[in-house]
Amino acid sequence: MKKLLLGNQGIAQGAYEAGVKVATAYPGTPSTEITENIAKFNEIYAEWAPNEKVALEVAIGASIAGARSIVSMKHVGVNVAADPLFTYAYCGVNAGLVLVCCDDPGMHSSQNEQDSRYYAISAHVPMLEPSDSNEAKEFTKLAFEISEKYDTPVMLRMTTRVSHSQSFVECLERKEIPLKEYKKDITKYAMMPAMARGRRVAVKEREEKLLKDCNDLKINIAEYKGKTGVICAGDTYSYVKEALSDVSVLKLGMVNPLPEKLIKEFCLKCDKIYIVEEMEPVIENAVKKLGINCIGKEVFPVQGEIFPSLIKEKITGEKTDKISSVEVPQRPPVMCAGCPHRGVFYVLSKLKLTVTGDIGCYTLGAQPPLSAVDTVICMGASVGVNHGFIKANPQFSKNSVAVIGDSTFVHSGITGLIDAVYNKGKTTLIILDNSTTGMTGHQNHPATGLTIRNEQTHCLNLKDVCIACGAKKVDEVHSFDIEKIESLIKEHLSYDGVSVIIAKEPCALLNKKMKEKVYFVNDKCVNCRACMKLGCPALQITDGKVEVNKELCTDCGLCGKLCKFGALTEVDR
Amino acid sequence: MIKCNIMIVGVGGQGTLLASRILGKLASDKNLDCKLSEVHGMAQRGGSVVTFVKMGEKIHSPIIDEGEADIILSFEKLEAVRYINYLKKGGTVIVNTQQIYPMPVITGKCPYPTDILSEIENTCKVIKLDALKIAEEIKNPKSVNVVMIGKLAKTMDISFEDIKKAVESTVPQKTLEGNLEALKRGYNL
Repeated sequence: MKKLLLGNQGIAQGAYEAGVKVATAYPGTPSTEITENIAKFNEIYAEWAPNEKVALEVAIGASIAGARSIVSMKHVGVNVAADPLFTYAYCGVNAGLVLVCCDDPGMHSSQNEQDSRYYAISAHVPMLEPSDSNEAKEFTKLAFEISEKYDTPVMLRMTTRVSHSQSFVECLERKEIPLKEYKKDITKYAMMPAMARGRRVAVKEREEKLLKDCNDLKINIAEYKGKTGVICAGDTYSYVKEALSDVSVLKLGMVNPLPEKLIKEFCLKCDKIYIVEEMEPVIENAVKKLGINCIGKEVFPVQGEIFPSLIKEKITGEKTDKISSVEVPQRPPVMCAGCPHRGVFYVLSKLKLTVTGDIGCYTLGAQPPLSAVDTVICMGASVGVNHGFIKANPQFSKNSVAVIGDSTFVHSGITGLIDAVYNKGKTTLIILDNSTTGMTGHQNHPATGLTIRNEQTHCLNLKDVCIACGAKKVDEVHSFDIEKIESLIKEHLSYDGVSVIIAKEPCALLNKKMKEKVYFVNDKCVNCRACMKLGCPALQITDGKVEVNKELCTDCGLCGKLCKFGALTEVDR
Repeated sequence: MIKCNIMIVGVGGQGTLLASRILGKLASDKNLDCKLSEVHGMAQRGGSVVTFVKMGEKIHSPIIDEGEADIILSFEKLEAVRYINYLKKGGTVIVNTQQIYPMPVITGKCPYPTDILSEIENTCKVIKLDALKIAEEIKNPKSVNVVMIGKLAKTMDISFEDIKKAVESTVPQKTLEGNLEALKRGYNL
């Protein structure tokens, strides 16, 4: 049956058809929907792991035990999972293992733009790159075949546009693959130096075989039409096809290793070769290394996405005729009305503290008018970075805090906390506990007490965790109780040691029901605009006066608490 | 409607994704090739959002480039103008005249340019409607997206039966009645 599916849903369907038994992930845009959709198939065990490293380790365990397994993450997640990846590449698999990695050219929802093809190269694992949803499905199935045939984990590289575009997918039946027998073999699965040396040889042999075989792989396709040749892969293939009709195209379905023989043959038939690839010049460097002249990053940018119009312009010189743009006010993403993080950031901003931040919705606390965040590095970094600030200059123990979300704390903030306690730090950590993984669209995690399929499970108690890590002072507070939050922060900053404040309130989007009451600006308003410092989208200036947008107001009450004149009061909607 | 590039723009949370999926269903019912491109993640949080819908005999790229959109369906006034460089010359803008203030306006850094549509009315065809008002009239303020889809379908000469079928198989069952009312109102404007 033909269905219109996201690229990520295509992977889920591919995993289903390929007889996958175990799927793991930590959510991260643009990869989240892969595992969310796999979880809809009862035939596959699916889980949210606390982070990408654990997710891959679980998939590795399943693969060694004999089940086809798939693990999905965003590009930066591969950094977290790189340790098991590089070594499992030595082991090879029992049943197939596929790691799906979603890159984000243009940084739509990411803190950097790393090109994960380099991971495939340096980990010595094959990598496939589909260009639409049906290919996402087909390549997933092929990736399992390659994994088992060549005894290697396989990476499947997606990019935001492939993950988040819908196109038609031919959905087929599932093929059950029986569990493979597990045989103890420490020369293959226990990577201590003596065994790893042996496996390194196997990795080289497999790589050489694959380098030869990939020239005949049916997903590397040369289409001849004209003397200008373009080599591309993934999303840029669809852009090239959109932009140019009379060029020869070499579409690489496998981006590591590259089919050198096929590339040479293709280039021989063309007078001029262009390499169209987003981000790093991976294909370009490989083609140049073969001694072939080609044009790539001289004309195409290394940063951001490469769209059809640019391809057309650079290759044919033709420009699209377009209407000139008009300046309009920017509309950056904002914390939602009723967001429980807002009150905490208001207090941090008011106290003018240095705030080491983290990855999640609360990263938006860095934006005006709250402007309350100083640093954002990676998942879990807030705690370690704060500890470093204080070790560099002890003054920061009095005027800085770390903030982290509940899901991010479980992901990799806990180790930072252990470090700060162990090394006699003075960090004040604020956990913004909104009972979900918010930014990626509300996924459960160990501290929500619910599994990926919403089944009840043990609920990790964050307070207990902090105490167990050695934080002697741990307080819980409601996120909208800003008076209490302010006094607690002051108290914690003067505390001699590592301490934690857990500010709790569920994400405003989890409760979709319209509240019966809303806030209203009465005639006591003196237009001091203190409430506007909250940066709440439900508060706006209309005709020079503050007004509440009742469609957006969630009755959180922060503005009322802030107003010294009693001008913001609750009324019936 | 053999080949059409539609850009749906608005503010995160307005239901642009559902609107694009209705059009995807429509294309699929009509046996057309179709690609949709969506925005997830950070941009969804009250930011400016763009969804591309492309239908035709054979679609390669899922994205619509500058100067390539036949229609911009804008759920908010400012957003219609923000993406005007994506419209093909001679293209049409269908705009919900609702104003949602962006943060720089909320904080008083700049005013909301209320007469901004006049900037584009000379360069393209602009169809205006107050979809929020219509949605509120039928006591379903969340159905702005389906009102807009109704107006789009009429503009594109799609039969009511065809678009109704696409809506029926896309929206959640419990919201169906309200959404069909919204569709009818948008279609019959």
